[in-house]
Amino acid sequence: MLTLDRISCVGEAIRDAIVTFKTNTALIEADRHRENGRWTYRELRQDAERFGALLQSDGFAPGDRCAIVMQNQAKWVVSGLGALWVGAVLVPIDYKLTVPEQLTLLGHCKPKVLVTEYSTWVKMMREDLAPLSETTVLVTEAPPEADLGSAHRWESETSQAFSLQYRARQDVACIVYSSGTSGTPKGCMLTHDNYLTQAQVLGRMYPIAEDERFFSILPTNHAIDFMLGFLMPLMMGASVLHQRSLRPQFIRSSLKQYEVTHLAVVPTILKNLEKRIRERLDDLEDGPRKAVDTAIRANDFLTARKPNHTLSRWLLKPIHDELGGNLKKVFAGGTFVDRKLVEFFYELGIPVAIGYGLTEATTVISVNDLEPFRSTTVGKPVDGVDVEIRNANDEGVGEVWVQGPTVMKGYLDAPELTAEAIVDGWLRTGDLGSIDVSGHLTLRGRAKNMIVTEGGKNIHPEDIESVFDDLPGCEELCVFAANYIWPTGKMTGEQLVVVLRPETDADLEVMVQELVARNRRLPDFKRVSGYIVREDDFPATASLKIKRPVLADELRALERADAIVALDA
Amino acid sequence: MSASFDRLSQLCAKRYSVDASIIKPEGDVFETLKIDSFQAAELMSELEMEFDVEIPDYELQDIKTFGALSGAIDARL
Repeated sequence: MLTLDRISCVGEAIRDAIVTFKTNTALIEADRHRENGRWTYRELRQDAERFGALLQSDGFAPGDRCAIVMQNQAKWVVSGLGALWVGAVLVPIDYKLTVPEQLTLLGHCKPKVLVTEYSTWVKMMREDLAPLSETTVLVTEAPPEADLGSAHRWESETSQAFSLQYRARQDVACIVYSSGTSGTPKGCMLTHDNYLTQAQVLGRMYPIAEDERFFSILPTNHAIDFMLGFLMPLMMGASVLHQRSLRPQFIRSSLKQYEVTHLAVVPTILKNLEKRIRERLDDLEDGPRKAVDTAIRANDFLTARKPNHTLSRWLLKPIHDELGGNLKKVFAGGTFVDRKLVEFFYELGIPVAIGYGLTEATTVISVNDLEPFRSTTVGKPVDGVDVEIRNANDEGVGEVWVQGPTVMKGYLDAPELTAEAIVDGWLRTGDLGSIDVSGHLTLRGRAKNMIVTEGGKNIHPEDIESVFDDLPGCEELCVFAANYIWPTGKMTGEQLVVVLRPETDADLEVMVQELVARNRRLPDFKRVSGYIVREDDFPATASLKIKRPVLADELRALERADAIVALDA
Repeated sequence: MSASFDRLSQLCAKRYSVDASIIKPEGDVFETLKIDSFQAAELMSELEMEFDVEIPDYELQDIKTFGALSGAIDARL
């Protein structure tokens, strides 16, 4: 049982586990079918202390910021832990962002140290590095002959003695960006108390034993993996697997080879696993297929009230073997999860716990306890977290507001944004939902102008507009989440649309051609799917800022299907 | 166009049931084949097997067109 009441900071919680579980495997790093390395808790401690000493040799002091821009790998964990042990505020940054986007966030948080990998640093060196003028850059895995410019090697040795530095519960542990790569960055300041409280609650609900293994697939900078794939397994003596290649076949082979028991995913990954299982089922001859169908029905009946992993694995061994044979729990979140997808896995005896959370609330606001399994809701609020539905309509649907010890301290250097997000101690999520008689929360759409992709990425339309600046013949434009203008009551089928106001005599065809070309340069998840032409001026403030909610109201009067012209035409 | 581009376009055409003529060097991989980044990772695995090369995941982030994709393959042949 995870007991964190007397622990003052995240680093202390993991250090306690390291003392207890010295010889347990803490980390495994694989690259395709190769194993790059294994670390016991004792070895992890040695490496993290070496890195901590390296930071201290550069004058790093408690409260200084250490940013990490890396793919999931052992050095992410070693760096993160070493930094926490010297009192750092960690700033995990999404390695999938473009380098200019990463530099924008780095310029905002101004870290004392940046840890990044060679492939990323090579790209950063091609850009203006002014945001890093005060930052020491440590680069991992650089070839021996590589010119690193002003950066240093992560693997450098130091004669500095390591000095352990703990922090207080109310100190900031991490700054995690939830958006703002081109608008005002939203760096959520999360305290040690936020993390310890969340870990305590989730650890009670979903303990992971010391002989169990979590497969860290989602980026560790993501709130879900940071909590479930970094902090919690290491606080409980379990092991964490990193696979450097996230190609589907290597995910599947790693599940088996490393006897993975726990996994956190977003729907795209879950869908791929589903596809693979369906293909295998379709390949079966009539006789074996009927036997499997009978076993599925039996499992469904016997586990209706509560999952029973041992029974399910016995009944449906061939299917479980396809997922490694040891999988006990799958956590799904980050975005809306299709009910049928979750039911598919539950019927096969693989419980998928659907959760709902926001970076602003550390990780999880509500989660299904699976007793009984319900696929249509995002579960009940976790212990200590209060959820209210504000401004509810006749059907009980309103904005989800959250209060509790896991709500962030605020956004870094953005008091106005913080004041908008946290009102009288309540976090406004911007999501619409309702709570049923059994206390389960169901999400019903968004009250804010944003989308979340199936890959779990939050996309804020404002962040995309600059890509379309100076579109030929365009007087002004504005990007919206289509579901924000025309609420559907669902969180599926979310799309971005751009509203264009052409100049008089503009050549619309030329404008759209350029729109298509620029749209293609965006990552697929950020692309607009259609455009709306509007001839009237956009409603604007005295300072000529577009009044987005007013414009959305005006567009709402149009029929969605008539207004949007699809871009792939 | 390189020989690898022709093989690449044939494989994509077969895999995604599209006409090979729509696959052009400047064409966008995601848009042309109507796939997301996860499906693109699956495609990469098939291409690696076809050409017997290994392209690290971090390079995929910068590959958007078929030309860039065949270029990444050519660089390893």
